[in-house]
Amino acid sequence: MTFAVTDLSAGYGQLTALRNVSFSVESGEILAIIGANGAGKSTLLKTIAGQLEARTGSVVIDGEDVTPLSANARARRGILMVPEGRRLFPTLTVKENLQLGMSTGRKGHWTLETVCDIFPLVAERLNRVAGQMSGGEQQATAIARALVGNPEVIMLDEISLGLAPAIVTEFYDRLTEITQQGTAVLLVEQDVRRALSVADQVHCLLEGRTSLAGRELDFADIASAYFGTGTR
Amino acid sequence: MNLLDAMLQGLMLGGLYAIFAAGLSLIFGVMKIVSLAYGAFAVLAGFIALHLTEAGGWSPIVSLLIVVPLMAAFGWVLQRFILQRTLGESALPSILVTFGLAIIVENLLLITESADQKRMTLGWIDTAAINIGAVRLGVYPLGLFVSSLVILGILALVMARTQFGRAVRAISDDASTVELLGIRPKSVYACAGAIALALAAIGGVASGIQTSFSPTSGGLLLIFAFEAVIIGGIGSLWGTFLGALVLGIAQTVGASYFPSQGILIGHIVFLIFLAFLPQGLSGKVKRL
Repeated sequence: MTFAVTDLSAGYGQLTALRNVSFSVESGEILAIIGANGAGKSTLLKTIAGQLEARTGSVVIDGEDVTPLSANARARRGILMVPEGRRLFPTLTVKENLQLGMSTGRKGHWTLETVCDIFPLVAERLNRVAGQMSGGEQQATAIARALVGNPEVIMLDEISLGLAPAIVTEFYDRLTEITQQGTAVLLVEQDVRRALSVADQVHCLLEGRTSLAGRELDFADIASAYFGTGTR
Repeated sequence: MNLLDAMLQGLMLGGLYAIFAAGLSLIFGVMKIVSLAYGAFAVLAGFIALHLTEAGGWSPIVSLLIVVPLMAAFGWVLQRFILQRTLGESALPSILVTFGLAIIVENLLLITESADQKRMTLGWIDTAAINIGAVRLGVYPLGLFVSSLVILGILALVMARTQFGRAVRAISDDASTVELLGIRPKSVYACAGAIALALAAIGGVASGIQTSFSPTSGGLLLIFAFEAVIIGGIGSLWGTFLGALVLGIAQTVGASYFPSQGILIGHIVFLIFLAFLPQGLSGKVKRL
């Protein structure tokens, strides 16, 4: 599977928040998208997911252009997003949240049982109402809800936000199990060092533009691309 | 009429309101669509049933076999192609469009059916009654009450156990995230619209047997349904059932003390609930 974003731009009203971003990932790869607040990271993910309309460019999965498709059609095509802030259905139970995640109709490795195997936090709380759980439990449920849809590309938007470092470490340890199934991961992360520790590729955004992209980059270069200092 | 008798009659009347209000509870309470045409559609279903019974000599119950699927299909199309376009940040477009639809349906019925009061009959069942202890219960109201329990039970089961029910509740929680999971919100809305009008059809036919109806009686039905939903608590199906019973009891008990003021007393009880228990009997406070 090859997933490619080409020349993608998007915005809100008069504001252009994302300008001409391109990258591609293969099955099982992790692409870290880093950048300061307001750099366009979440805009990029929303545009890929189809929540936001692309102004230019295309999103292509295995040669199929999904840019004209709605968000729900993209999800059924295997492009799934774990949105920022988890966005569980608070009045539904954990199990019901996961059952809704199966609406993609995609068959594969991930089922209710297999996601429970890798997220014990979820397994123990299947009958709890989602809104009453802790942040870590909610985040685990949100990732599990996307996984049971058997994605080809899973987008994780700031999964570490507001969580204890120990829990975040556990989530990062689970990433290998996800990529082993051939799923590509797009990881938006504020914690640059943590993102770099797992990423195959790095894409740095600054004010909606790509400021640095590539593999095995030097941390000093990333720092200057992140803050927009130094020469490019 | 003694108090116990009036309360039991009210309970039975509440069963009728419950069937009718359940559909409104689904679209207004759960999916936040304000449909002012709901009563008019129930009356429309009543008239279709009336013609089927007159033309075919059928019992009104048999006519449901045609009226319910017909109205469900109509509800699906209406939701998918008209009301879907009114959904958004504001509830106003859906209110205006359904208000307009109600006027159109009402006036079409006035032209084609005249303003006369009509009524359907089940023959001997209309007046049959059974004695339970000191009170006499009509067979028809009792059957209606049992039917309302069955219908709400099935609907509650659908909402709790099926993927459709989960999707409806998820949309009520967070509509934009539902799409991210690969669910087509438009078809969920359309199915809910179909179920709602199917229930409106049953309610319309049932009320056309219970009392007389005319093209303009939809407005009152609509108000009863909204009152039941709000007394019961928005977003809860069993709350709506309880709300419908409270309204039915308020009307009949009220009428036993102040004859011909029953409906007014129902409205007053509703206003008391709105003033002192605005979250309703089920106590589910939900954002609108």
